Amino acid sequence: MLGKLDWSAIPFDQPIPLIAGGIVLVAILGVLTWVVVKGHLPYLWSEWITSVDHKRIGVMYILLASVMLLRGGSDAIMMRIQQAVAYQSQGYLPPEHYNQIFSAHGTIMIFFVAMPFVIGLMNLIVPLQLGVRDVAFPTLNSVGFWLTATGALLVNLSLVVGEFARTGWLAFPPLSELSYSPGVGVDYYAWSLQISGVGTLVAGINLVTTVLKLRTKGMNYLRMPMFCWTTLASNLLIVAAFPILTATLAMLLLDRYLGFHFFTNEAGGNVMMFMNLIWAWGHPEVYILVLPAFGIFSEVVSTFSGKALFGYRSMVLATMAICVISFMVWLHHFFTMGAGPDVNAIFGIASMIIAVPTGVKIYNWLFTMYGGRIRFATPMLWAVGFMVTFIVGGLTGVLLAVPPADFMLHNSMFLVAHFHNVIIGGVLFGAFAGFEYWFPKAFGFRLDERWGKLAFWFTFLGFFITFVPLYIAGMLGMTRRMQHYDVAAWRPWMIVAAIGMAVLTIGVICQIVQIVVSIRNREALRDRTGDPWDGRSLEWATSSPPPVFNFAFSPDVRGEDAYWDMKARAQQQSLERDRPEYQDIEMPRNSPTGFVCAFFATIMGFALIWHIWWMVILGGLGAWATFVVFAWRDHDEYVIPAGEVAAIDRVNLEERRNLVSMAGAV
Amino acid sequence: MAMTAAAGHAHADPHHIGVVIEHPGPASKRIVTAYGFWIFLLSDIVMFSCFFAAYAVLSGQTAGGPKGSEIFEQGNVAIETVCLLLSSFTCGMASIAADVRNRFWFYLGMTVTCVLGLIFLVIEFREFADLVARGYGPSRSAFLTAFFSLVGCHGLHVSAGVLWLLTMMAQVFAKGFRADVLRRMMCFALFWHALDIVWVGVFSVVYLLGSAA
Ligand code: HEM
Ligand SMILES: [Cu+2]
Repeated sequence: MLGKLDWSAIPFDQPIPLIAGGIVLVAILGVLTWVVVKGHLPYLWSEWITSVDHKRIGVMYILLASVMLLRGGSDAIMMRIQQAVAYQSQGYLPPEHYNQIFSAHGTIMIFFVAMPFVIGLMNLIVPLQLGVRDVAFPTLNSVGFWLTATGALLVNLSLVVGEFARTGWLAFPPLSELSYSPGVGVDYYAWSLQISGVGTLVAGINLVTTVLKLRTKGMNYLRMPMFCWTTLASNLLIVAAFPILTATLAMLLLDRYLGFHFFTNEAGGNVMMFMNLIWAWGHPEVYILVLPAFGIFSEVVSTFSGKALFGYRSMVLATMAICVISFMVWLHHFFTMGAGPDVNAIFGIASMIIAVPTGVKIYNWLFTMYGGRIRFATPMLWAVGFMVTFIVGGLTGVLLAVPPADFMLHNSMFLVAHFHNVIIGGVLFGAFAGFEYWFPKAFGFRLDERWGKLAFWFTFLGFFITFVPLYIAGMLGMTRRMQHYDVAAWRPWMIVAAIGMAVLTIGVICQIVQIVVSIRNREALRDRTGDPWDGRSLEWATSSPPPVFNFAFSPDVRGEDAYWDMKARAQQQSLERDRPEYQDIEMPRNSPTGFVCAFFATIMGFALIWHIWWMVILGGLGAWATFVVFAWRDHDEYVIPAGEVAAIDRVNLEERRNLVSMAGAV
Repeated sequence: MAMTAAAGHAHADPHHIGVVIEHPGPASKRIVTAYGFWIFLLSDIVMFSCFFAAYAVLSGQTAGGPKGSEIFEQGNVAIETVCLLLSSFTCGMASIAADVRNRFWFYLGMTVTCVLGLIFLVIEFREFADLVARGYGPSRSAFLTAFFSLVGCHGLHVSAGVLWLLTMMAQVFAKGFRADVLRRMMCFALFWHALDIVWVGVFSVVYLLGSAA
């Protein structure tokens, strides 16, 4: 009746996950009770959960990422403490538990922190920058978000019901095959990624179509803001790479569930095929994450330097070059696995070539700053901090792309330091820069600068104190994923790294304080102009937060830096330019489809993990019924009458006029 | 689409020498839907290519079991191929009928498509059942694993297509040729034709090359 599920699935003997799970459960129940008692449920349901507004969905993505960052961060803290104390001793974590922690940490950080964070920012901002009302497929957008949330939920469920994979975040066979991992850990891993992967694919299709087909009048390709370009590149990569992940995980699951032989040791299965497939997805994946961050930095650097982006066209070219080349280097992830010197040499050189467009970008940012009037607001700090950090990460990456060096450094702490260097210094700093930069747009008030700067400095320093020792430990021969060790020379570096982790944690706490303080002082921090940073692209042309329909009139774009241009022209010409008549606006109707779909996906995922077949069928039927109901509905749009549009728009217009008359004089 | 001389915008677009083609604004719903669905199809084809690649890697790994030439039956495959190619034609007829809002030809085209799809599925199912009964199931060898997965994946797509087809007929019955129903019909047709193309790949790579080897 319940498949493999019984009481032994609850880890009563392990206090840490149980207590952690208990606390989370109490917190969730507490929040739920509060929501229900205070009567917020209808509001949440109609304004957020069923919302198909790209801005709301973007915010929910970012919220999910932030919560999961705390979860993944606690894993990181536990690992650093373990490695600091586990010199000639077992440390405080049992080995199989430690293995679950680093697997969960990697999985969560990549799939449920970095991905939702960048997808959230793209969702929030790209339609605004393109001057349109929503993404191409609003309801699908909501489905995508909720499926991602399902994946996150399943991973966290493994904390208290059953176990998580002990295979690392890529679940290499044959370790992940049934004979070596008979438990449900790998199944949790595979099904949660499978479900959230569908969500990601949906988001990718949506954003590609939005950028290519929905730009406002006059928004030629070469007038799009840089963030739209990197969004396009990143989502093209999603559309091309995520199906590979889906297929690979499907093969692994077939091996595990039905006794197939894709990657087994017996009957002709081929383990190297997994390596090739997973990295054919995995290498593009890192660019899926970092390209949007590059876009954010481009916007931030040009805004806070008060200059147009230097070398816009070379930047576009570099972006698209990275998009293509990132598919041709996957093999550098297994130089040591016997492909032979020729193949290694070709892939080594191909890997180094990526450094060229990346270098182009760095120079363009530097030249944008050169001669500009730079304001060091918090987003700009993150951008500059990124440039410093990312150069180090890029250099060590090029070093690893040299096959002989990689034979020494593969699977060492040096590698761990490298990818954290680029992922934290690139993606996470980018996400934070975007968060600080666009927060006023999303919520209508700025974030506290003092706490923001503190957060930056603690994170920045903490990052280097944590990861520079790991580079050194790697050079000293320390391999990754060690539960304990006996080499005295490594010990001091592990202790320094643990201290660095503490500093990093202070940075995270500062960021939380920043949000709390800013919400408290929101009246003082209110942004009435819609353009707090004197921005250059269209998202600043509407009020903060924008109305549901984003723009009362579709903007007409005449050049690069559309809004900057408008401000300049408005100043030259008369301010009272004739406005066209307000018109009725058609907007997509809210829909519970996404939430209901995710509900059934959760049931189905859980049942599949535990082999509860009747429940799988039930979940599947439910999901199918949801689609039919969705397909059957008659009115998927509603109309906002012109009068209402006018009323909403006039409120913002006065402030904006004042601002526009001042711009350019700055 | 207006061709505008660059001179008027020269101050804003310093790089342009010559003419600019002004972007006219967001595309129509029909175009956006079709475009998005195309992109989905491309991603689906990427997924198929993974199974093709796996088949190419594993096709020699028979682990002492049968080779392709020992189990493939050309006759059946030929019938399958004919069914699928014909069904693409009838599906095209149904699309045209939908465009000119002719219910009779629409239902007829869709019904024939459905029947052809079902015949295809039945033949495929019997082939699979027969192999399994002879002890040549997917767990017999890596070659059979790859074979069952690739062909089965296509078969699953066809099954989903048949379900979708029936839903489309029901929708036209209940709602008529409404704009959103027509958009869905267009997506369905794209899907069905794409499956046909994938089948041509399966047919050549698996059955033709396999029987020759
Ligand atoms: C906040 C500070 C962080 C610390 C101190 C930290 C620490 C660690 C440690 C100790 C490991 C295990 C290394 C080993 O194999 O021995 C690890 C692995 C990993 N981390 Fe982090 N991490 C942090 C943040 C992040 C972030 C933000 C990301 C991604 C966005 C990330 C992605 C990964 C990945 C992908 C792995 C590989 C997991 C595996 O080996 O299976 N980490 N991290
Ligand atoms: Cu790589």
